[in-house]
Amino acid sequence: MGNRTIVPFGPQHPVLPEPIHLDLVLEDEKVIEAIPKIGYIHRGLESLAKKRDFNDYVYVVERTCGICSFMHGMGYVESVERIFDVEIPDRAKYLRTIWAEMSRIHSHLLWLGLLADAFGFEALFYQCWRMREQILDMFEESTGGRVIFSVNKIGGVLKDMPHEMLLKFVNNLNGMEKELRALTDVFLNDYTVQSRLRGVGILTKEQAVTLGAVGPMMRASGIELDTRKLGYAAYGDLSFDIITSKDCDSYARCEVRIGEIFQAFDIIRQAVSKIPEGELITPVKGNPPVGEAFMRVEQPRGEAIYYSRSDGSKFLERMRIRTPTFANLSPLLETLKNAELADVPLLILTIDPCISCTER
Amino acid sequence: MAKLAKSPWLIHYDGSSCNGCDIEVLACLTPVYDVERFGVINTGDPKHADIFLITGGINSQNKAVVEQIYSQMPDPKVVCAVGICACNGGVFKDCYNIIGGVDKVLPVDVYVPGCAARPDAIIDGVIKAVGILEEKRKKKGGKH
Repeated sequence: MGNRTIVPFGPQHPVLPEPIHLDLVLEDEKVIEAIPKIGYIHRGLESLAKKRDFNDYVYVVERTCGICSFMHGMGYVESVERIFDVEIPDRAKYLRTIWAEMSRIHSHLLWLGLLADAFGFEALFYQCWRMREQILDMFEESTGGRVIFSVNKIGGVLKDMPHEMLLKFVNNLNGMEKELRALTDVFLNDYTVQSRLRGVGILTKEQAVTLGAVGPMMRASGIELDTRKLGYAAYGDLSFDIITSKDCDSYARCEVRIGEIFQAFDIIRQAVSKIPEGELITPVKGNPPVGEAFMRVEQPRGEAIYYSRSDGSKFLERMRIRTPTFANLSPLLETLKNAELADVPLLILTIDPCISCTER
Repeated sequence: MAKLAKSPWLIHYDGSSCNGCDIEVLACLTPVYDVERFGVINTGDPKHADIFLITGGINSQNKAVVEQIYSQMPDPKVVCAVGICACNGGVFKDCYNIIGGVDKVLPVDVYVPGCAARPDAIIDGVIKAVGILEEKRKKKGGKH
């Protein structure tokens, strides 16, 4: 047995813009154990439900995380709509789906860039982020915001996308798709990239089930589950397959996310061809009735759960979010065991961590 | 113009932000906005940094971290609070775990408003910070 040392990692570190702290117990270069410490960005967002009424609270929930802000807003709004038992207009459902899939593309491109940065391929990082800006431009044109959109409201959406704009977006996406194929080819086929990703950070199917992995992390271990198949928003009307991989390593996670980007392109095209005309919002009156509701949303990072409970007043009694990164933390600790110290930043990245969501 | 003002290095720390401002800070460094054309380089090492960019408000957990990063930076140094949360707590002002804006613990030189702060605004803030850095250097009278 070699000498054991503990190397503190974070909270301020160059891998992610967000703070996370890990105590890495090392034996020479091998990680024996990783002990996480979180709470650096805890704000106490859930308790704010008692101070902001249920309509204003949409804007707070959106700021759980700036990357999947749209889906946070959507998850909360749909949970309150379930308490109200209100059916939202079909057009609003489709618009939510389109924005949600655009968020997925931007989030996955962001992740691909950070991954490239983690294995030291800086040119690839910049290319991914350059492509991502095109999606942000589309967001800005349709909602007015680049990362925080504030278009969800209980009962529907606040902004419409005219038909010409939708066609233009599809056109943009078609253009992007070609360029993106060339870019993702590097991730999937380049020899140096493969040498960093293949066989690194194995999470077997059994481990993924036992530890409760979610999202691409779980699907890369060969489990075919996707919350979108529950058919919230307009997903019930659209056809798509669940993308999985059997390799269980970092390469598989990269492959699944790349697959999901192209799938999102396809879902947006389908949604644009099927979107009906009509109202944007079903007005809801008064306070939410006494009741509680769960809502499950497939975020880019995996399944997020929103729970709202109302006591009939304008303030929700309880609002709770279970975020995907929290579920993926224990699988991360498992993959860190027996890894080499130099692979630690890469492994932390492969779960696509969002610490802001996790700590709220 | 001194060397320092031609190529200020910055360190970014996420206080308790929602990630929105953080990814905008990163977007500043990548092709479309590209602050590197002003000589700005993002570093992870406080001892190399001249400008401290903080996003998000201060809470009891990260207070010590922020102070520690600031104390490690060499003089002259400039603190730039990015986003409304870093300015005064923003939407999370009333949360039980938020002490307030960055100015509760550090002397802030530049406030960049916005939720999330736009890359254009962040770049403007950094350029203003460079001006303040230059003034501080002159006051200090050292060679850089």
